[in-house]
Amino acid sequence: MADIETPAAPYLEETVIDSGTTREMTLNMGPQHPSTHGVLRIVIKLDGEIITDAKADIGYLHTGIEKQCESKTWQQVVPLTDRVDYLSNLSNNLAYCLAVEKLLGLEVPLRAQYFRVMLSEITRINSHLIWLGTSAIDLGAMSVFFYCFREREEILRLFEFFSGQRMMTSYFRIGGLALDAPRGWRKWIKKFLDVMPSRIEMWENLLNENPIFKKRTQGVGFISLEDMLDFGVTGPMLRGAGMKVDLRKDVPYSSYDKFTFDVPTQTSNDVYGRYLVRMEEMKQSLRIIQQCYDGMPEGDWTADAPKIVLPDRERMKTQMEALIYHFKIVTEGFRVPAGDVYQAVESPRGELGYYVVSDGTSKPYRIFMRTPSFGNLQSLAKLFERVPIADSIASLGSMDFVLGDTDR
Amino acid sequence: MPLIVISIIKAAVVAFVLLTALAYVQWIERKVLAHIQLRVGPYRVGPHGLLQPLADVIKLITKEGVMPSHVNKFFYLMAPFMAVALALISISVIPFGTKLEIPALGFSTPMELTDVNIGILVILAISAVGVYGVALGGWASNNKYSLLGGLRSSAQMISYELPMSLAIVSPLLIANTLSMRALAESQAGFYFGFIPKWHLFQLFPLQIIAFLIFVIAGFAETNRVPFDLPEAENELVAGFHTEYSSMGFAGFFMAEYCNMITICAVATHLFLGGWQPIFPAPYSDYVAPLIFLLAAAFLIFHSLQTLKTRTWDKYTFPAFGVIFGGLGAGLLGVVAFVPWLREAIIPLFWFVAKVFLLLFLFIWIRGTLPRFRYDQLMRFTWLFLFPVALVQLLATALVVALWN
Repeated sequence: MADIETPAAPYLEETVIDSGTTREMTLNMGPQHPSTHGVLRIVIKLDGEIITDAKADIGYLHTGIEKQCESKTWQQVVPLTDRVDYLSNLSNNLAYCLAVEKLLGLEVPLRAQYFRVMLSEITRINSHLIWLGTSAIDLGAMSVFFYCFREREEILRLFEFFSGQRMMTSYFRIGGLALDAPRGWRKWIKKFLDVMPSRIEMWENLLNENPIFKKRTQGVGFISLEDMLDFGVTGPMLRGAGMKVDLRKDVPYSSYDKFTFDVPTQTSNDVYGRYLVRMEEMKQSLRIIQQCYDGMPEGDWTADAPKIVLPDRERMKTQMEALIYHFKIVTEGFRVPAGDVYQAVESPRGELGYYVVSDGTSKPYRIFMRTPSFGNLQSLAKLFERVPIADSIASLGSMDFVLGDTDR
Repeated sequence: MPLIVISIIKAAVVAFVLLTALAYVQWIERKVLAHIQLRVGPYRVGPHGLLQPLADVIKLITKEGVMPSHVNKFFYLMAPFMAVALALISISVIPFGTKLEIPALGFSTPMELTDVNIGILVILAISAVGVYGVALGGWASNNKYSLLGGLRSSAQMISYELPMSLAIVSPLLIANTLSMRALAESQAGFYFGFIPKWHLFQLFPLQIIAFLIFVIAGFAETNRVPFDLPEAENELVAGFHTEYSSMGFAGFFMAEYCNMITICAVATHLFLGGWQPIFPAPYSDYVAPLIFLLAAAFLIFHSLQTLKTRTWDKYTFPAFGVIFGGLGAGLLGVVAFVPWLREAIIPLFWFVAKVFLLLFLFIWIRGTLPRFRYDQLMRFTWLFLFPVALVQLLATALVVALWN
């Protein structure tokens, strides 16, 4: 890690305005503030426009999801995971399902794995779209927000088409998918793949070479790589500092090793670098989706595990055995062998890990979520060190946190 | 008619037209911005949201003005009043056209409120005082965001006053006058019969630079994107008017749009030839009726198609088409047969058209660019705009001195 060279923070030396002897002002930003992206409260001390000290006060969106999980059966936890990071639901579904499947020793059929990969990547694009829109509007570029939301609407329709839900899809279940992909899914994905590259190009045309955007983002939001690793920052922020970490490559899960894609990195370690990384990630996601589209295997969409996976309605109504299993799974759930497992996936925000402990009953003993937003948000105090308010807003956007994900 | 009666009538007409225009500039802004951003904009109140400004005015007037307990009451109440009053006053020295002359009554009056021979100085002075409205509003609110907004605003407006004044001086040097009317009149005529003798096209390329500096400084003066730091929503919530509601807010809001109109009008007079047409006279007279007739044809053509928009467009499109068509036909008649009315209306049309073109630029930029950072904004004006304006002014002065 130490061999990766990160540039010095250009801001710290250059533009600190020395205002002599002044009184500090304490400003309470949030919990209701246009650019805290949720209910985050930041107490900042100001010397003129320069922030001298910042403290993040998290916990306003604490929902107790981790505790709630303990009173649900294994399958019932899936909808709760949707609500943790409500902008990348399917990544959460995936992490949880993979963790429980690991405990159960279930092998998920290839078709389900491919669909999981495809939809996770669409989720990544969806999440990055919201990040792009909101961080651009934080810098005053209003229109980008609306352009991003047009594509997000298309993605949400796609999710609705697959799962019947726009946001809280719960489409991945333990043992596979909730349903097979609906007829005509190829047409939808094709349309999506056709339209997205030109849209990404449009945003890049708007922002990449925009002198004001570059001025506002280049050299802004610096934090040293060592500090990031200490705070537990993961995802695009680390990749923006030149560290090539991506769980999809490092610890492949759900047959990610069968796909070819690049892990984009930037060495500038600023808001602009993170922007470039995320834009490139969207293009790479499109590549993965294209490969899923081309090489989608035929077959079953759930594992062959009648004691765990609900039988389909047809079998349930015609076969005695299936009816019994259905009754057992619905009323008391299935049992998971005692043990504990940690399963991490690369969510759009970074490493999303589920640590699942089972005591052998039909309910989880404990589920701990290692959420990327929480780690990323820890860097706030460092990012806000002696920068003007305007820059703090830019770095806040570049962190790309979701408060639901932070507070659980 | 005694001068005072004419002046009062003119003041009433100008105030009415200006206030209506303010409301509709805001409607245009919302509509244009919406279409840039893939939205529809105001749509429900009246056909295509045309009555939305009226609804907004009624809402703002009837709304309860919440005054926080911690404000400095006197300055808190005075600030928006000051902002809007100063913004409205500056329109009084701007001429809108040549003159209105009714030969049948033997009546003649210039189309402006007052022809001050130092008109441009009056506008500069008033816009300089206009800073107080914003700064006091930010300070008197006793709110930290407002304070930061007011601070930013006053620093920004004072800094941008300098390059703006320098940019203003160069057309003054060419025209050798400070009166707005004389400025506009000095730009009549055409080079080679087709390039208008506007200041913009004189002393190429010095005056184009001056125009750009003026427009950039104008953006900063009116706190518009990309210089909207005083009300940067994402940083300072609403900046200096965070604590204002009801008419207090409306005051600041109106002042912003009024300043925009003033800046555009001044730019038109200084650089874009005031009411001078873009083509030589006999042809340019027909542009105005042509535009109205085209609008009418467009509306009627669309009303004949199967409309996918409002069901009411079936009725409102032809109605507006007929209104525009009537206006166009009327204008055509005026241009052809009523010389005294033509002398009044055609210059007015050109002036308003240029002002609206510039206003459209303001709105367009708002839909396109991100916002500067505070220190970048200051660096931009002091280290770039100011020296360029200075050099441009020196060069212009030199050329003008050598020419004469």
